[in-house]
Amino acid sequence: MKPPRLDYVRAATLAEAHAVLAAEGADARIIAGGQTLVPMLSMRLARPRVLVDIMRLGELRGTHETASDICVGAAVRQAELLAWPQLAARQPMLAAALPWVGHAQTRNRGTVCGSIAHADPSAELPLVLVALEGSVTLSTRWRRRTVAAAQFFQGLMSTARRDDELIAAVSFPTARPGHAYAFCEFGRRHGDFAIVACAAVVTHSSTRLAVGGVADRPLGRDWDGLSDDNLDDALNAFAYDLEARGDMHATARFRRDLVRRLGRETIAEARRCLA
Amino acid sequence: MSRLSADHRHVVCFTLNGQPVSAEAEPRMLLTDFLRHTIGLTGTHVGCEHGVCGACTIQIDGNPARACLTLAVQVEGASLRTVEALAPEAGRLSVLQAAFRRHHALQCGFCTAGILMSLDAYLREHSDPVESELREYLSGHLCRCTGYVPILAAALDAARLLREEARRA
Repeated sequence: MKPPRLDYVRAATLAEAHAVLAAEGADARIIAGGQTLVPMLSMRLARPRVLVDIMRLGELRGTHETASDICVGAAVRQAELLAWPQLAARQPMLAAALPWVGHAQTRNRGTVCGSIAHADPSAELPLVLVALEGSVTLSTRWRRRTVAAAQFFQGLMSTARRDDELIAAVSFPTARPGHAYAFCEFGRRHGDFAIVACAAVVTHSSTRLAVGGVADRPLGRDWDGLSDDNLDDALNAFAYDLEARGDMHATARFRRDLVRRLGRETIAEARRCLA
Repeated sequence: MSRLSADHRHVVCFTLNGQPVSAEAEPRMLLTDFLRHTIGLTGTHVGCEHGVCGACTIQIDGNPARACLTLAVQVEGASLRTVEALAPEAGRLSVLQAAFRRHHALQCGFCTAGILMSLDAYLREHSDPVESELREYLSGHLCRCTGYVPILAAALDAARLLREEARRA
């Protein structure tokens, strides 16, 4: 298993990276940590003509806070964000989910934005971004636009990113007063992709649950004033609406059951944090 | 802009086990093959070649990482350590390596180089590791011989000896 022949551009400026994307379109791929892209190259699932390495671009490094968001630049590795001392206080869901992303040895290289860009339906970071209703900032040489998470993820490993755009940053909304957060995952081995993962945001009057690993992308649903009596029915309806499919890892029925059980557990944990 | 063409080999300069190294690689060459075939250091093993088994784990700028998930051209300017750097001198094992031997923490040895590189970095930052955290950390490595119990025992024993060594120093 070896990557196909390709050119490699070590971008020295963001303008250079944009220029390659503008010129080569879908034949160019951004490489950051490479923890998903390199195995895809080795298995020949991706065959770009040129890779553009953005890890030396200072403007894409660093995590900064705005009034409402944690903005993570495209060159920020997963381990760096996990080591950010304010993380658990600023967004506990992100702090709970990050240790589930791959293994320590891959988080040392893999980037936060890379996981978002790849849009695996069972990956943790896209799920968290959808649950929190965060956004993705895309840029070309000429313009920048911000896309809400629900619009960004469009299907199995497909996103709203156009061929000439790169992900400059992703924004995770900071924890808000009166809101509580929880994340739970079921997988075969710690560090494997989730079979089902759930992320919940609750207030005293509302409940939001997002589910990964079941549909072709992470999907969220909101309820007003969901009582314990209605919870099982609501989760059952959501589980069927996600249209689970069976594969070598789990049957559709098992996935629906996990949505009901793990969903209930995740909402319960968030409500405990609220109390 | 430096565009490295697929048609040629390109010089990659980095530090390997404390020594400056420069060697040529095609852009598509994996770091595992670069280390083993071009540089000639075969201590880093190649297992699954897609990041699952952990056999090829080395340290890049001090952090454990999969050499098979890295292109050689990506490590330009980086500082790499491989299993060859662990022994203090020929014929002597490091504290961690010696603990692996005492506890029978290897049988076929295929996964060992990667596990040693992960644990070497971990014990540097966690002088008194908790077993449950070590287990989670080692989930990034597959070993089909030992059942992991002797590996955990060796890691905890090595941590204890390193703490004693540090106290004496």
